[in-house]
Amino acid sequence: MNFGIIKRTLGFILVFEGLFLAVPIITATVYWEKEFFDILLTMGLCFAVGGVCMIGKPKNQNIYAKEGFVIVALSWIVMSLFGALPFWFSGAIPSYIDALFETVSGFTTTGASVIPTGEALESMPKCLLMWRSFTHWVGGMGVLVFIMAFLPLSGARNMHLMRAESPGPSVGKLVPRVRQTAKILYVIYTVMTSIQFVLLLFGDMTVFEALNTAFATAGTGGFSLKGDSMASFSSYTQIVITVFMILFAVNFNSYFLLLRGRIKEAFSSEVRVFFVIVITAITLITINLQISEAYAYTTGEAIKHSAFSVASIISTTGFVTENFDLWPAFSKGILVLLMFVGACAGSTGGGVKVSRMMILYKGATREMKKMLHSRQITNVTMDKRVVEREVVQNTFAYLFAYILVFVASFLLICLDTQNLTENFTAVAATINNVGPGLGAVGPAGNFAFFSVGSKLVLIFDMLAGRLEIFPMLLLFSVQTWKK
Amino acid sequence: MKIIIVGCGRVGQTLAERLNDDGNEVTVIDISEEKVKEVTDVCDVLGVVGNGATHTTLQDAGVDTADLFIAVTNSDELNLLCCMIAKKEGRCQTVARIKNPEYSKETAYLQDELGLVMVINPEYAAAEEIARVLRFPSAMKIEPFANGKVELIKFKLPKECSLVGMSVKDMAMKLYGGVLVCAIERGDEAHIPNGDFVFEERDVVSIVATAKNANEFFKKIQYKGNSIKNVMVIGGGAITHYLCGILESSGIALKIVEKDLKTCEELASRWQKASVIHGSLQDRELLIEEGLADAGAVVALSNFDEENILLSLFAKETGSGKLITKIKRTDYGNVISKLDLDTMICPKNITSDMILRYVRATQNTHGSNIETLYNIIEGQVEATEFIVKENSPIIGVPLWQLPFKNNVLIASISRGKQVIVPKGSDVIQAGDAVVVVSKHMALRDVADVLK
Repeated sequence: MNFGIIKRTLGFILVFEGLFLAVPIITATVYWEKEFFDILLTMGLCFAVGGVCMIGKPKNQNIYAKEGFVIVALSWIVMSLFGALPFWFSGAIPSYIDALFETVSGFTTTGASVIPTGEALESMPKCLLMWRSFTHWVGGMGVLVFIMAFLPLSGARNMHLMRAESPGPSVGKLVPRVRQTAKILYVIYTVMTSIQFVLLLFGDMTVFEALNTAFATAGTGGFSLKGDSMASFSSYTQIVITVFMILFAVNFNSYFLLLRGRIKEAFSSEVRVFFVIVITAITLITINLQISEAYAYTTGEAIKHSAFSVASIISTTGFVTENFDLWPAFSKGILVLLMFVGACAGSTGGGVKVSRMMILYKGATREMKKMLHSRQITNVTMDKRVVEREVVQNTFAYLFAYILVFVASFLLICLDTQNLTENFTAVAATINNVGPGLGAVGPAGNFAFFSVGSKLVLIFDMLAGRLEIFPMLLLFSVQTWKK
Repeated sequence: MKIIIVGCGRVGQTLAERLNDDGNEVTVIDISEEKVKEVTDVCDVLGVVGNGATHTTLQDAGVDTADLFIAVTNSDELNLLCCMIAKKEGRCQTVARIKNPEYSKETAYLQDELGLVMVINPEYAAAEEIARVLRFPSAMKIEPFANGKVELIKFKLPKECSLVGMSVKDMAMKLYGGVLVCAIERGDEAHIPNGDFVFEERDVVSIVATAKNANEFFKKIQYKGNSIKNVMVIGGGAITHYLCGILESSGIALKIVEKDLKTCEELASRWQKASVIHGSLQDRELLIEEGLADAGAVVALSNFDEENILLSLFAKETGSGKLITKIKRTDYGNVISKLDLDTMICPKNITSDMILRYVRATQNTHGSNIETLYNIIEGQVEATEFIVKENSPIIGVPLWQLPFKNNVLIASISRGKQVIVPKGSDVIQAGDAVVVVSKHMALRDVADVLK
């Protein structure tokens, strides 16, 4: 294990986090808030600790797969530990574990909050709200990817970092250089965020609200400034958010291909399946809402609310316009299932990912075919290309690891919280980086009531979900640390 | 520069690595997913799996924006086809590897008619290099320098040589004859010597000189290494075939040992001057019987590195001839160099050197004024050729008055048809082509050599 390079990279991360803190500092200056000093203190700490870590260039600059996983897992943990400080220092969130939960929820783009909706949320200092939303934006595309785009991390093996941080079963580059690829991704990301920001300004949002919402949508995070999330904004605003939630859940490679004019390739089978799922879910929920007489929605309203909810859940954002916890069981069931499906690979969303679901489905049907015709040679294909056997195996291994983490977390949480639905959806909402679940953790609730132990379990789940399970598991595996 | 390489074999891998290190954007194509992964795992290049001769694969690799296209798959025909399609698709320049002697005879036709900028034949290039060494056996490596007017010669100082213990300054005073010492390898370290540098036994010295001056120089320092009259070649592959052709009229007698009877017969019927022996390469008795001990040079060209190294060690034990060993893998280069085998020939490195030199020369037309580039000591010392511009601060001043940086050296000055191996009193003029030797520095202009 190359500790020198791990320490140095973590140092880089902290220095960059210090730079990111400039965003809330500017906000605090604009609104003249006293939390300015708490953030400044955190910034100073980031620079100091980061600076110390960066002293001395290690002789061995190689990042192999092992170092890649460890760096990614540790950097997300370190970043969250420091990112929580402003909330804690300022007393806005009195408990450090709560502050950490909020920050992890931010960086992993989950959007699950411990701050009670209503009074407590509305009275939060603006600079801290901005930092919360900005963690979404930073975490959405990935911090290491960001650093790669701007710093020449020496050594040719940076791909290991990008592979460990980017969502999806197999990560490809867009252009020959990792650095160039990272830059292109961030340019697309920034441009799309800006477009959404401008469109939101045309609606009924203030500049501050529009900026926060754009950050939270781009990272598919879901922190909102109001107790009722997006419910009190105009239909125009809600529709803009719906569209952008879906756009940010699409594989960013598609946008790159679109820009290159390779339209056919841009609509890959994954993207097509994603849209089929979205439209089917919207239709089913709309019909379900219309048929049940308990809900007095007009057809237009039903479509709008179901579209918003489906987009919000499948992109794992977690914004709400209507408390879907009160909807019929069939609709709720669909939404819970969508949590697991998640967004496309290579997007900013969480969940298992559509492409993995496709590989799992095709892999399973292939095995069944083999049972009937034991000598038949078949391959799993995507977009007319054979998916390597290794990737298929890895996907099944991922599924098992995912279930393992899920079941373990679920059992641990059941030790101290009594409602099964809440426990199940709390784990589902965190491991898939969605945000709201059902019941007490539903759109109208929050995660504050869990014990410290359960919160730590959920923090682990959020990080595991964002980093695609393996880095977090490998970090705690003996094999990784053995010489 | 955007470069596409088709074929991820040995040559393809080396090329991808070195071109990438040079700051080019490289995309590699291979039909085998495994091979592509091998390359993309080690260097920062884009990998595309597919047949490099198909339109779709080339589109995936971005042929429309590529500047250079290099086809180095195992098949000559495929390489040619790839290049033709790439040429049609994009505006790139194309380079193909051609192994088959029947095609490589028609290099000029291929270049003209198919628009290839370069046809490379690693085996032929290796054979040429071997021939050069055989003609000048004192050297470990000889490269043509400054348009071939002077040569860059690398040799190892033996014990009894009068140069040992002498400083570079003294050497220039006592023996000066237009010879310039430009780099010295001692152990793992490379030095660019100043006047006070003292030679030691076993130093590997690189000099720049004209062939005539070099000959005199070697006589003066009592470096023994007579001209070679008979050579034993072990292994009868493509390189052997080319070597026969190159040496046919040179008066050097070739004896070839090969284990495959059919290959032996082919060689014997094609090259009547050479004597071809059919027998196992591991047969010690046979090799001794055929005069391994008395051979002026032993060239080990079998297909296996290990066998070649063993054969050379055995030849060193039994005889005193010049040793030339072909190796494919360079990963263990520093271990092998400790074995004290005179000259190593590595076809893939020769090929990638040629292409690298071409790439750097083309970049020159995009602004900077670098001409060509030589690797004197692998990865440590390089020689770069510059054209000196009118406004350069380096012109008009005698060399000894210029404030040079450490570890740089002007190795030669070409002015029109004349090539000067410089002394302190020489003056550089505008329009001169100057070769600068430097220790791992990215020189972009000749003025960079000054403090």
